[in-house]
Amino acid sequence: MKNIRVIPLLNIKGPNVVKPVHTEALRVVGNPKVLAETYYNEGADELIYLDIVASLYQRNLDFDLLKSVTENIFIPVTVGGGIRSVHDINNALRSGADKVAINTYAIHHPEFLTEAAKEFGSQCIVLYIEAKKQQDGIYEAYTDGGREHSGLDAVLWARRAIDLGVGEILITSVDQDGTMRGYDLDLIKKIADFSTVPIIAHGGAGALESIEQVITKAKTDAVSASSIFHYKESNICSVKNYLRGKNINVRMV
Amino acid sequence: MCGWFDMTIPKITIIDYGVGNLQSLKKAFNFFGVNAAASEDTNEILTSDAIVLPGVGSFEAGMRGLKVRGLVNNVKNFAAKNKPMLGICLGAQILLSEGHEFGVFEGLDIIPGKVIRFFDLQNKEKIPHIGWNMVKSPGGEMWNQDFYFVHSYILLPDRKENIFGLTTYGGREFCSIVKNGNIYGTQFHPEKSGKAGLEIIKNFINSI
Repeated sequence: MKNIRVIPLLNIKGPNVVKPVHTEALRVVGNPKVLAETYYNEGADELIYLDIVASLYQRNLDFDLLKSVTENIFIPVTVGGGIRSVHDINNALRSGADKVAINTYAIHHPEFLTEAAKEFGSQCIVLYIEAKKQQDGIYEAYTDGGREHSGLDAVLWARRAIDLGVGEILITSVDQDGTMRGYDLDLIKKIADFSTVPIIAHGGAGALESIEQVITKAKTDAVSASSIFHYKESNICSVKNYLRGKNINVRMV
Repeated sequence: MCGWFDMTIPKITIIDYGVGNLQSLKKAFNFFGVNAAASEDTNEILTSDAIVLPGVGSFEAGMRGLKVRGLVNNVKNFAAKNKPMLGICLGAQILLSEGHEFGVFEGLDIIPGKVIRFFDLQNKEKIPHIGWNMVKSPGGEMWNQDFYFVHSYILLPDRKENIFGLTTYGGREFCSIVKNGNIYGTQFHPEKSGKAGLEIIKNFINSI
């Protein structure tokens, strides 16, 4: 079986890595460059870098900061936050990104995903979904850093985005994010069940068992986490050793 | 005052033919103190000691990118002199004779062979192949290092002697490195493969 990728995710606000809890509170947890380089040296397979207020404040992410953060790392970096045009994607790629993650703008202009995939190739375009479970059990896709309703069924949106040409899907559970109580297995599995492109699960990684479960039960292709790494509850090595012990293939460094 | 020891730094040019991200590659060469400039200039290429063909995207887009810049013959001539060349991902694929992505397209024909889509993968493995995977020598010995792949199409060189590395995905073994003299093509991205990838870049620099 293929190697499961372990991917730390950095939420960026201004010059800091922050950690939102239910999107209501934001806590500064570290320096982006320091964390990126630490994770790279510890064996992270990729890095995800998301500016969580770019869309909300209708501005671009800080490309100079991105360039500095990615300067000394040689693993794929996925960058998101206010990506609204081919020009933005070009700037991101020139500043160290290998892939871009798009959420808010794609929900309002789905055809942008196709335009972007045609221009840069599907492998460069990652759909970023922030999903929150509603009363009726349907997951709704949120925008603007997990703050605004879109009215869209997240699972149906994922299906549509695959047809539009995205190369990967990064799914965050807004409910579980920051809690370290486990991924939303139901959400991930619902999308993994039909997705023909790789899925990256995020939101809720806690005990090592929770990471194993999102792989074996929800069938994700890659696991992403923020809190457990930023708060040093665990580290890349421990996660990989644990998964290996459970017969899950991972890249050892 | 001239030094009495030879300190020539090789001139390495990364060919900019409109496909793919050159920044990471430049960074990887910079890591070893080598300033590899990106260029589409014929003369720059002619006077280089070694060239790198990066590339992400479709086979057709890659060949078109070279054609509109009038670079096809330059690259072929460079290869004909057996000067060091490194093709990466799409850059490796276009070294072959033809590509079968969205039609049949002529490649540079520097290494005889075809580029075809992954087929009949086991374990419901997805296409594209995205992630880290191991390379082994045709003789069988594992390199014991993973490299980063992202591709839907694979190299199919005609001749066994042009196969330098093999990798398995979805139960299918495919050629991950092609070689012909001083010309190498890697299906994976050395500039994205951490320390293992940087080793490849270092070896390439040292080979010049």
